[in-house]
Amino acid sequence: MLSIFKKFKDGLSKSAKSIAEKTGGVFGRKKLDASSIEELEEALFASDFGYETTEEIIEETQKAYKKDKDLRGREVAAIGSSILKRVLSGSEGRIQFVEGSPTVICLIGVNGSGKTTTTAKLGHQYKLDGRNPIVAACDTFRAAAIEQLKEWSSRLGLDIISGQHGADSAAVAFDAYQAAKARGHDTLIIDTAGRLHTKSNLMDELAKIRRVLQKHDEAAPHYSLLVVDGSLGSNSIEQARVFNEKFGLDGLVVTKLDGTSRGGALVGIYRELKLPIFFLGFGEKPEDLQEYRIDNYVDAIFGSEQDQEA
Amino acid sequence: MFESLTDKLTNAMRHLRGTAKLSEENMAEALKEVRAALLSADVHFKVARSFIERVKEKCVGQDVLKTVTPGQQIIKIINDELTALLGEGSTELSKKKPLKIMMVGLQGGGKTTTTAKLAKALKKDGYKPHLVACDVYRPAAIDQLETVARQIEVPCFAKRGTPDVPAIGEEGLSVARASGDDLIIFDTAGRLQIDEQLIEEIKELKRRVNPDEVLLVVDGAIGQEAVNVAKTFNEAVQLTGIVMTKLDGDARGGAALSMKEITNVPIKFAGTGEKLDEFDVFHPDRMASRILGMGDVVSLVEKA
Ligand SMILES: Nc1nc2c(ncn2[C@@H]2O[C@H](COP(=O)(O)OP(=O)(O)OP(=O)(O)O)[C@@H](O)[C@H]2O)c(=O)[nH]1
Ligand SMILES: Nc1nc2c(ncn2[C@@H]2O[C@H](COP(=O)(O)OP(=O)(O)OP(=O)(O)O)[C@@H](O)[C@H]2O)c(=O)[nH]1
Ligand SMILES: [Mg+2]
Ligand SMILES: [Mg+2]
Repeated sequence: MLSIFKKFKDGLSKSAKSIAEKTGGVFGRKKLDASSIEELEEALFASDFGYETTEEIIEETQKAYKKDKDLRGREVAAIGSSILKRVLSGSEGRIQFVEGSPTVICLIGVNGSGKTTTTAKLGHQYKLDGRNPIVAACDTFRAAAIEQLKEWSSRLGLDIISGQHGADSAAVAFDAYQAAKARGHDTLIIDTAGRLHTKSNLMDELAKIRRVLQKHDEAAPHYSLLVVDGSLGSNSIEQARVFNEKFGLDGLVVTKLDGTSRGGALVGIYRELKLPIFFLGFGEKPEDLQEYRIDNYVDAIFGSEQDQEA
Repeated sequence: MFESLTDKLTNAMRHLRGTAKLSEENMAEALKEVRAALLSADVHFKVARSFIERVKEKCVGQDVLKTVTPGQQIIKIINDELTALLGEGSTELSKKKPLKIMMVGLQGGGKTTTTAKLAKALKKDGYKPHLVACDVYRPAAIDQLETVARQIEVPCFAKRGTPDVPAIGEEGLSVARASGDDLIIFDTAGRLQIDEQLIEEIKELKRRVNPDEVLLVVDGAIGQEAVNVAKTFNEAVQLTGIVMTKLDGDARGGAALSMKEITNVPIKFAGTGEKLDEFDVFHPDRMASRILGMGDVVSLVEKA
C-alpha cells in the first residue's frame, strides 16, 4: 500500500480542520485560560474520545497550566498529542502473510459497518500489491449481500467464492478455503454477515466458520478483524469487547472516517482492549483504504508541528 | 456506569437527608454524575450541558420528599424531563393519500431495510405500497430493495443504467400512481452530510417528487456526529421524522436526545432487528430509561 501518508492526511483533513475550528484559539499562539481548556474538552468529546481519555488529557493540561501560566495553545496541542500517542502506543496492526498456504483474513462486525466494502477494498489493494487474493461471500443471510460482493468482484476483477442465499455460511467458508488452496491464491478474505454482538446465536455461527476453517489450517483465520463504523460512539467499545470475548479478535478496521467524525472510539477500544488497528476506511471507492499509523492519526487530530507553526 | 448511576446519585445526595429543599449547591455533585452518564451514553456535550441546566431549574427549590431518597427524587425529575423532551411531537405519519415518503441518511444506517419495514407495517393498515429504488451507487442496492420488496410482496420500481436519481424518482412516482398505489417510498443511497454533490441530489429528488414525509434513518449507536448529521440533513431536505435503528443492540442511544434537541424533529420509529417486522413506533419513556439506564428506579419512585 503506497502513498499512504498523503492519502491519510487528505482523508482526515476535514476532521483536522473542524477540530481546529472548534477549538478556535486553543491550538494557536494565544495564552491558555479556563475557557480555552473548556473548548479543548468540547473538541475532545466531539471526537468521541470518550470520557476517560478526554478527562486525562484535560487533567494533564491543567497540571501543566498550573506550573506554567504562560502556556500557549501550541503546547496544549503538544500535551494532547503526546498523551494520545502514549495511549495508542503499540496500536499499529500489520498483516504478516504466511508462506505456502493462504493467509485468511476474516471480517466481522455489526450490521452496516462496512465489512463487504472493506473486503472488496482489501482484495483490490492486495491485487495491486502483486498478491493473488480471493474473496468469499459468507453473508448468505442479508438481502442481496452475495450480489453486492459479486458486483464488487466483477468491477475489480477479483476471484470470488459464493454460495446460495440461505446456505450455511460455514460451508461457503470451507469451500472457499479449499478453492483458494487449490487455485494457488495466497490470500483469502472472508466477508461475513452483519450481527449485533448481543445476539448469541449469531455469534455461534461465527464460531462455526472458524471451526471449519481450522479443519484446513489450524491457524486460520490468521486475522479476525472487527470492522467498526467510525461514526459510532461508545457502543463500539462494547462491540469490540464482546466480539473479542466470544470470537477472539486480532484487531480492527475503522471505516467511514471521510465524514466529520474522528473515529475517537478507536482510542477507547485500544485503551481498554489493546486491540491493534490495521486499516482505516475513507470512502466508498476501492482505493479508499489506508494502513493505520499512529502518527498520522494523532497529527490529523491535533495538527502536526508544521501546522501549528503556520 | 450503566447500572451504577442510581448508586452514584444516591451517594452524591446522601448528605441531603433531612435537608428541606433542593438547591444548586446540594445538587452539584449529583448533576456532575448525571453529566458523566449522559456523555457516556453519547449525548452531545452541548446538549448534555443545556439539559443539565434545565433539570437544575426544575429541581431548585423543590422540597426533598420523605418517601424516597433525594437521589431517587432527582432521577425521577431527570427521567420525566428526558421523556418529555424525547416525546415532543407526534410519531404519526401524514394522513395524505397518496402518501409519499423519502428515506435519507448516512451509509449503512438502515434505510433500505426500514423502507421495507415501513411498507410492510403500512400495508397492514390498508395502504398499497410501491417502493422506488433511488440508490444508483451502492453495488447491488437495487437487488437488495427488489429482494425485500418481494419478501413483503409489494412492487418495486427500478431503472438500471441511469444515474439520474431525480428522474428515476419521478418516473417511479408516475408508475406507482398509474398502478393505483397510494404509498410510495423512495429509498435513497447513503451519503455523508458533508458531501455537497450528493446532498444536492436528494434536494433535487425532493423538489421533483414532493414527499409528504422525509425520514432520517440513523444507527442507534451513532456518536457525537449525530448532531451534525441531523442538522445538515434537516437544513437540506426539511426532515419530518427520525428513525433510530438497531435498537436491538445495547447502545445507550444518547444521540436520540441530541438530534431531537438540535433539530426539534420528532423521532417517529425504532428499528429493533434485521427482520422486516422488527419495527415499532418510538417510545420516549423506554428511550429515556435506556439513556439513563435505570427504569426500575423510576417505577419505584412512581409508587412512592
Ligand atoms: N463514506 C463511507 N462509506 C463507507 C465506507 N465503508 C463502507 N461504506 C458504505 O457503508 C455502507 C455499508 O457498507 P457495507 O460494506 O455494505 O457494510 P457491511 O458491514 O457489509 O453491512 P452488512 O453486511 O449489511 O452488515 C455502504 O453504503 C458502503 O458504501 C467508508 O469508509 N466511508
Ligand atoms: N440488528 C439490526 N440490524 C438492522 C436494523 N435495521 C437495519 N439493519 C441491518 O443493517 C444493515 C444495513 O441496513 P441497510 O438497510 O442496508 O442500510 P442502508 O442505510 O440502506 O445502507 P446504504 O444503502 O449502504 O447506505 C443490514 O445488515 C441490515 O440488515 C435493525 O433495526 N436492527
Ligand atoms: Mg455486508
Ligand atoms: Mg440502502
